[in-house]
Amino acid sequence: MQEPLLEVDGLSVDFALPHGTVPAVKQVSFAIASGETLALVGESGSGKSVSSTAAIGLLPDLARTRGAIRFAGEDLLAATPRRLRRLRGNDISMIFQEPMTSLNPLHRIGRQIAEVLERHRGLKGDPARQRVLDLLDQVGIPEPARRIDSFPHELSGGQRQRVMIAMALACEPKLLIADEPTTALDVTVQAQILTLLQDLQRRYGMAILFITHDLGIVRHFADRVCVMRQGEVVETAETTALFAAPKHAYTRMLIDAEPHGRKPPVPADAPLLLEARDLRVRFPLKKRLFRPGSDFEAVRGIDLRVRRGQTVGIVGESGSGKSTLGRALLRLLDSRGDIRFDDTALAGLDSAGMRPLRSRMQVVFQDPFGSLSPRLTVGEIVGEGLRVHAPELGRRERDARVQEALNDVALDPAMRHRYPHEFSGGQRQRIAIARALVLKPEFLLLDEPTSALDRSVQATVIDLLRDLQHQYDLTYLFISHDLAVVRALADTVLVMKAGEVVEQGATETLFRAPREAYTRELMRAAFLEDTAA
Amino acid sequence: MLSYSLKRLLQAIPTMLIVITIAFFLMRVAPGGPFDGERALPPEIEANLNAAYHLDEPLPQQYLRYLGNLLQGDFGPSFKYKDFTVTELILQGFPVSLEIGGLAILLALVIGLPLGIAAALRRNSAIDYAVMGTALAGIAVPNFVVAPLLALVFGVLLGWLPAGGWNGGALPNLVLPVLALSIQQIAYIARMMRASMIEVLGSHYIRTARAKGLSERLVVWRHAIRPALMPVVSYLGPAVAGIITGSVVIEQIFGIPGIGRYFVQGALNRDYTLVMGTVVFYGALIVLLNLVVDLIYSALDPQIRYDD
Repeated sequence: MQEPLLEVDGLSVDFALPHGTVPAVKQVSFAIASGETLALVGESGSGKSVSSTAAIGLLPDLARTRGAIRFAGEDLLAATPRRLRRLRGNDISMIFQEPMTSLNPLHRIGRQIAEVLERHRGLKGDPARQRVLDLLDQVGIPEPARRIDSFPHELSGGQRQRVMIAMALACEPKLLIADEPTTALDVTVQAQILTLLQDLQRRYGMAILFITHDLGIVRHFADRVCVMRQGEVVETAETTALFAAPKHAYTRMLIDAEPHGRKPPVPADAPLLLEARDLRVRFPLKKRLFRPGSDFEAVRGIDLRVRRGQTVGIVGESGSGKSTLGRALLRLLDSRGDIRFDDTALAGLDSAGMRPLRSRMQVVFQDPFGSLSPRLTVGEIVGEGLRVHAPELGRRERDARVQEALNDVALDPAMRHRYPHEFSGGQRQRIAIARALVLKPEFLLLDEPTSALDRSVQATVIDLLRDLQHQYDLTYLFISHDLAVVRALADTVLVMKAGEVVEQGATETLFRAPREAYTRELMRAAFLEDTAA
Repeated sequence: MLSYSLKRLLQAIPTMLIVITIAFFLMRVAPGGPFDGERALPPEIEANLNAAYHLDEPLPQQYLRYLGNLLQGDFGPSFKYKDFTVTELILQGFPVSLEIGGLAILLALVIGLPLGIAAALRRNSAIDYAVMGTALAGIAVPNFVVAPLLALVFGVLLGWLPAGGWNGGALPNLVLPVLALSIQQIAYIARMMRASMIEVLGSHYIRTARAKGLSERLVVWRHAIRPALMPVVSYLGPAVAGIITGSVVIEQIFGIPGIGRYFVQGALNRDYTLVMGTVVFYGALIVLLNLVVDLIYSALDPQIRYDD
C-alpha cells in the first residue's frame, strides 16, 4: 500500500456519561491511501460512526479520545479547532445517513453549497453560483438552473443526498467520509448514488471511507474492508479476500447472515384464506374552500389471493402503496373492492363487526421501538389482546398463555415483568411477534418486520418466522423493500409500483426471470449488479 | 397569501359568534343587574332604565339586537360610565394598555432571547444554571408580588421612580409597570429559546454546517437561530394578545388607565355592554394576532406556504 492519506492509530473513544465512562471505540487502527475506498463495516453499536466522526473532530463534548488520527501526516486529535475547521469541508468532507434532515430546511440549496465555497475558497456572487450550477450538474440534479433556488423540502430524498454530495465535493476534498449514505434511500436510488460516488472518485482521485452495515454494498464498492464489532476492529482485508475466505468468526457470521434458504411450497389445492378483488384505497387531499377536494389513489385496483400456509411477499419502493395495501386488507383502512377472509366478506364490516376476526388476523410492524407501549410490561403488552378476545380467561390462564407465547419466540418467560426499553431491537421484534401469536392467529401481516434490525439479528428473526409458520400452520403477508429477505421467505411475490401490481408470480420464477423492466431494474439495484462496472 | 388571510378572517366569524353568544348569556345568568346598588332604586325608575336600555325585552330579542348593533360597529352605551359609549372607553383605554404591553413584550424579547441563546450555547455551565434558575424564579413569583415590591423598592425606598400614576404616559411612569409585566415573559421566552436552541443545535443540519468547516459563530447565527425561533413565535401570538389587552393587576397597582380594569369593573358592575365590548375586542385581537403569527411563520419557514 502506498503512503496512507488517513491513518487511524490506536484510537480509543470513551463517553463520559453521568453514571460513568462508556467505551465506544477501543484501540482501533486503520489506514486509507489516496484514491482508495475503505469500507468500515459493522452492526449498530460497533463504533464505526464514532471512529469516523472522530476523524473530523465532530464528536460530542462528552467524548474523550486517545491515540492518533493522522491526515497527510498531521495529527488531527492534537489540532486546534481552528485548524480542524480549515480542513473540514475542504480537505475532508462528510456525507451522512439522513438526507432528509441533513440540509438546513430554511435555506435554499444553492446557498448551502455556496457557503462551503465562500468559506474555503473565498468564492462569492456569480463565480460561486456558476460553480454551484456546475456541481449540481455533476451530481446529476436535473435542471440545475431551476433547482439551485429550491428549498430542501422541494427535493426527493435521493436528490437531497446528491445535494449533500455536491456540497461535500465543492472543494474537491482529498478524503470523503460517507456514513451510511444510502441506507435511507430506495434501492434504485441507492444504486444511482453509489455509481455517482464511484464516478466522482475516479474523476477527483479522492479516498472514500465508506461506513455501512450492508455487505452487498461493500462487496461491490470497496477496495478493502475493515470489520468492526463492539468498538474493536476484528479483521481487515482486501474485499475479494475477505469474502472468499473470512478469517474471523464474526466476519463469517456476518457473511452467513445474508438471508438464505427457500420456502417449501404449499399444496396447490390448499384452501384460499384471504382474497381481494379490485381493492382500491383513496386518500383525500387537502380540501379547498369552495372547490371540491381531490383524491390520491394509493392502491389502484389490486387482486390478491393468499392460500393457507402460504407466504405472499409484497415488494416495492417507498410510496408504492405496499403498506397501505396491507392495512386495507386487514380493514385498518377504508377501501373499496371485495375482501374475503376464509368465508367471511370483510368489505361491509365496521370495527365492531371486524372484532371477532381480529384475533385470527394479526399484524407486526416495522418499528420495534415505537410500536410497544413504554409504560406497560412485556407481559401486559403480550397479554392485552387476550383481555379483549378471550375475556373468559382468568389471570392465571392468561399468564400461562403469555409465557407460552414468549417461549414460542425464544424469549425467557421470566422476562415478562420487564419493560420494553430493557430489550434490544431484535428482542422487541420478538415481543411484537409474541403479542400477535398469543391470540393463536391464522394470518399474520408482517410489515417490514426485519427492516430496522441488523443483518445478524434479522437472520434469527427470519428463522423464527419460518419455524412459527411451520409449527402453527400460519399464513403470512410479508411486506418488505428487502428483496433478499422476501426471496428467502415467500411462495409468491407481488411487485408494486405507484399503487399497482407491476408483476406477480412464484418467487423463484420471478427472481430468476423477471418479465417486467421495472422488476429487472429493482433486482439489479437490490443485488447491485452492474453498479461496480 | 392575501386570499389565505381573507379565508382565515372569514373562518373567524363563527368563532367570534360562539364567543359572543356564550359571553352574552353567561353575563345574563349571573345574579344581579346593572342598576343594583346599595340602595334599591324605586321600581318605576328601574323600569324606565330597563326600557331605555331595552332590558325589558325577552332575552333572545336583546341578543339579536346586540348582534345587529355589533354588525354596525356599535358596542352600545356603558351602563356604569353613563356619558360614554363602550367604543369610547375601549379607544381610551386600549392605547395605554398597548403601550405598556408592547414595551413589555419588546423588553422580554430583547432580554429573553439572548439569555436563552447564551444558556443553550453554554449548556450545563454556570451561566446556564444562573439563567435557568433566575428564569424559574421569574415564572414562580406572580406579578402581584413583583409589582408592589418594585414600587416599594424603586418608588418608595429609593425614590428613583414614581411608585404609581400615569402622568400622561411620561417615561419615568412607564418603567416600573413595563418591568413588572415583562419579568414573567422574559423568563418564559428565555426558557423556551434555550430548549429550542438545544434541540436545533443537536439536529443533523447543524452537524452538516459544522462538517462544512463553518465557524461556530456562523453555525449559530446563520443556521441555528432562525429555526429555533419558531416555537417562540407561536407562543407570542396569545402572549401578546394577553398582555396588550391589559393586565388588571398591574393597571390596578400602578393606577394606569388601561383597558384591563374596564373588563373587571364591567363584570363586577354587571355592565353588560362594557363586558361584551371588551370580550369581542379581546377575541378579535387574538384571532388577528394568531393570523399574524402564522404569517410570520411562513416568512421564517419556506416549508410553510399558504397557497390558497
